[in-house]
Amino acid sequence: MEQKTEHQHDHDHGSELSEMQLRVRALETVLIEKGYVEPAALDAIIETFETKVGPHIGARVVAKAWSDASFKQALLDDGTKAVLKLGALNRVGDHLIAVENTPKLHNMIVCTLCSCYPWEVLGLPPVWYKSAPYRSRAVNDPRGVLADFGIALPADTAIRVWDSTAETRFIVLPMRPEGTEGWSEEKLASLVTRDSMIGTGFPKRPGEVA
Amino acid sequence: MDGVHDMGGMHGFGKVQPEADEPVFHENWEARLQALYRAMSYGGVWVIDQARFAREQLPPAVYLTSSYYKKWELGMEKQLAELGLAGADELAAGHALRPGKPLKRKLTAAEVPNTITRGSFARPPQAAARFKPGDRVRTKNMHPKTHTRLPRYARDKVGVIEALRGCHVFPDTVAVGQGEDPQWLYTVLFDGRELWGENTEPSLKVSIEAFEPYLEPA
Repeated sequence: MEQKTEHQHDHDHGSELSEMQLRVRALETVLIEKGYVEPAALDAIIETFETKVGPHIGARVVAKAWSDASFKQALLDDGTKAVLKLGALNRVGDHLIAVENTPKLHNMIVCTLCSCYPWEVLGLPPVWYKSAPYRSRAVNDPRGVLADFGIALPADTAIRVWDSTAETRFIVLPMRPEGTEGWSEEKLASLVTRDSMIGTGFPKRPGEVA
Repeated sequence: MDGVHDMGGMHGFGKVQPEADEPVFHENWEARLQALYRAMSYGGVWVIDQARFAREQLPPAVYLTSSYYKKWELGMEKQLAELGLAGADELAAGHALRPGKPLKRKLTAAEVPNTITRGSFARPPQAAARFKPGDRVRTKNMHPKTHTRLPRYARDKVGVIEALRGCHVFPDTVAVGQGEDPQWLYTVLFDGRELWGENTEPSLKVSIEAFEPYLEPA
């Protein structure tokens, strides 16, 4: 009952978390004892998600597209091929599709049925992306959703929502912020936020990074 | 199935609540569960649409009140029991009570870097594609009791084929053990007003990724 003591201080969800700690521990023990999984492989998977995959990969892709017109075209033509060629990843799953924001068009990505997300380039999805409010409203109230993120689009910018209902995955190519002429790809990448690649945010402005 | 997982357009869930500096995992058990799920998937015991269908079949009240990873855990327990890989009695006991069944393969730590990528869902086509970009299509008015990837809000609606995305594993059959039955996949674009009515912002466009069996010419 060691786990219970560990979580006695979680006032909000204490009982559920304790229950889940116990359930998952039991699950792991059973699956190891049955010879299905190897503890070291589990550790390696967790380490990968905590330290290797994340939005820094997508940011590199976006910064490259901002800097190199032929890469940008290649990315829009075939996202999987372009990202592989960039060498940001050893491998990338098929069917990655990059969609470009312009002054006239803003793209937003959702999965209304579950939680499909381009995790190879953005890491695991945030809780809000998997939540009922986002999944329900992104497709019929995208401006309201953007307001929840504290941002607004010009009234004459059209909105396009991509519902990820199959194994195709989408990443938004946000607009390059003004005042970044001559910036290196590395410096540009520091402006690219995770949310700007989902379509629920904008890149940072030059003054917001050191 | 017409379950509560099919959330597009539903009202009443409130505001989206972004979390600043969100950690990759909020609790250690979430990380362990994510890893267990992936290791078992590597073992070839289920495919992604079977896992999705297991979660969709959770009782609606459970689905709506469980955290994301709790749904995963409950879905995994259900699948493990159904596949005869681990029983509820063993999970309750916290120990294996019977020997394991042989799996196709077992994930090792050394192999993990090669598996952190999604597999390809593309398959050779069984027939020529029925539609091409620019074609007007109507989605079917269909309500299967089993897994489908045609969301309710986009059924019996007229849209335009925007792109052909290749021929892919068909979720509706693979989820229920009826094989991959590869089908052409399209991006279908709808006007917001076609989906949501006259009070919708005129410029809104929404697309879904639709398998050919979901579509008819319009």
